[in-house]
Amino acid sequence: MKYQVQGTSLYAYTGGKAFNPAQPTAVFIHGVLNDHSVWILQTRFFAHHGWNVLAIDLPGHCKSAGAPPASVEAAADVVLALLDAAGLERAALIGHSFGALIALEAAARAPQRVSHLALLGVAYPLRVSAALLEASVSAPEKAIAMVNVFSHSMLAPPPSALGPGTWIYGASRALMRRVLASNTDTNVFYTGFKACDSYTGAEAAIAQVQCPVLFVLGNADQMAPPKGAQGLLKLAPHARTAMVPAGHQMMVEAPEEVLAALKQLLR
Amino acid sequence: MAGYSDPHFDTLALHAGASVDATGARAVPIHLTTSFVFESSDHAASLFNLERAGHVYSRISNPTNAVLEQRVSALEGGIGAITTSSGQAALHLAICTLMGAGAHIVASTALYGGSHNLLHYTLKRFGIETTFVNPSDMDAWRAAVRPNTKLFFGETVGNPGLDVLDIAQVSAIAHDNGVPLLVDSTLTSPWLIKPFEHGADLVYHSATKFLSGHGTVVGGVVVDGGSFDWERSGKFDELSQVYAGFHNMVFSEESTVGAFLLRARREGLRDFGACMSPHSAWLILQGIETLPLRMARHMGNTERVVEFLAAHPMVSRVGHPMLESHPGHALAKKLLPRGAGSVFSFDIAGSRAQGQKFIETLQVFSHLANVGDCRSLVIHPASTTHFRMDDAALRNSGIGPGTIRLSIGLEDPDDLIEDLKRALKAAEKAGAAT
Repeated sequence: MKYQVQGTSLYAYTGGKAFNPAQPTAVFIHGVLNDHSVWILQTRFFAHHGWNVLAIDLPGHCKSAGAPPASVEAAADVVLALLDAAGLERAALIGHSFGALIALEAAARAPQRVSHLALLGVAYPLRVSAALLEASVSAPEKAIAMVNVFSHSMLAPPPSALGPGTWIYGASRALMRRVLASNTDTNVFYTGFKACDSYTGAEAAIAQVQCPVLFVLGNADQMAPPKGAQGLLKLAPHARTAMVPAGHQMMVEAPEEVLAALKQLLR
Repeated sequence: MAGYSDPHFDTLALHAGASVDATGARAVPIHLTTSFVFESSDHAASLFNLERAGHVYSRISNPTNAVLEQRVSALEGGIGAITTSSGQAALHLAICTLMGAGAHIVASTALYGGSHNLLHYTLKRFGIETTFVNPSDMDAWRAAVRPNTKLFFGETVGNPGLDVLDIAQVSAIAHDNGVPLLVDSTLTSPWLIKPFEHGADLVYHSATKFLSGHGTVVGGVVVDGGSFDWERSGKFDELSQVYAGFHNMVFSEESTVGAFLLRARREGLRDFGACMSPHSAWLILQGIETLPLRMARHMGNTERVVEFLAAHPMVSRVGHPMLESHPGHALAKKLLPRGAGSVFSFDIAGSRAQGQKFIETLQVFSHLANVGDCRSLVIHPASTTHFRMDDAALRNSGIGPGTIRLSIGLEDPDDLIEDLKRALKAAEKAGAAT
């Protein structure tokens, strides 16, 4: 489904179901060089279990037009503008990595509009090394290989998205290549990483959040190790934490555990 | 396996897709079960509706098969795979996932006979037409494209002359025309070439051959590289439009890179049903664990045998790209630096009867219709697969009365050469006697 958001077309996958105004809505926000499809299992589940689902492609990524957001704050404004465009008073926000920072910032900017907040694979500060930032521009294929290795923790995931027979190591790499190629004007790899690296508002943001908060952390996450979330957790004493047996790409490496955690939040 | 660099081929051949399960079994267990118990009605519905990952019924997926699918994908550099009952079933699944009646394929002339039969005779009966082109003639690939063309298809090294497919060039032409390139990589295996790295979009194997490697099992596998943009092409409504046959799904929306695999499994395995037995999957996995070791030996032995044959006075031609005389020599050096495979043909300078005598004298080589076994194999097309043809018709097929096809195995190369030497001597004597 496409919405006009900030004057441009924004794509949101709905999990195979039409929008039902009587249901609550969950917005899923992907990370750097990902798109809506990293949420395929979780989004289809909630779409068929009482929720409207809007799994977006961030602006400038894959099916969404416009310029990719240059900052977490700008991306948060896109998410809030999407709620306006969809006619939603409130929604649950579920974000992964860069998307988690976006969801957090959006929840801080409009606390009354966010019913639940799930932060997956999040760390703060989410620093990106100068070498990786540079490689994302000068040698993106090399940088993709580096990020891919750091994002996976196993050579033998259980049945994962897309289901049995999927080699997620290769699928993640193919998706990153596809997302990078989807924007020939702006390097969304660099833009996304730079936005993560530059974000300084998470501690202030989490103090503003009023809704139930869930952290979903991967016990083998090398991109955003669980210890990197401890600072935020201290500032959110009522937040719940689910530790899942996975690396950074936890939605595909541990889809059942991630789903179980989200079900606890989105009751 | 968290780490700092991509795991290498030999490690993937042993570990990709396999983990220690609750029983502690180190080897991959064979899950000989047709079906899998649901936790609840809701769990069942979620599995059927692609909301949760898991197994339902072994025609669609099975844990042992899933290990094999991941492993071959890992070795090829793909995103996922589907195992099938044979290599022919893999080819059929790939084609019938992408098209139906009214579609058109451009294929290399240098194909395994079974593939040629499927394209030229059988699929034509179902409304899918194929134009065959010389795989080295890039203008012919371009010229054969029609508005309804939906696939380019060739073999890494094609029958019978080991024509080396210039995957980069052919895939570029395919992509210019909005269609993917499917490559049969059976004779090379991912140890010799990974077609995705050169531009192929889909790869399949007869796993019966080098992947299993022991001549014990029939099976196939089709792998998706995840690189082809089905939506952008605009030619594949099968993947980019609503499919009423599976929950009104738009496969390319569900998965940005995996639409082909989604439809191939959810429709192709479900409806055509050419699935692999978990026992077969296990046998093929056993083979793959030693693929790197076996392929190195296959190639070392092949080099020795080719050198021997090329220097023998009873041999008029050896058709292997490692020789400078082969038209694909330069391309093979570039694409296949570890070698162009261990299946090749050569011509005995003599009659059909001398060819028969050669075959009958061999003791280490087994006379049968297969390739890619750990044992060395031989066949004489003029007296077996093509025995009804006269010599002129044989020539038109690129086969001479003395053409012999070898599949070099893992025996001691000295014994292979000795066997060939003795048989060539017998063939020579048979010529003198007539």
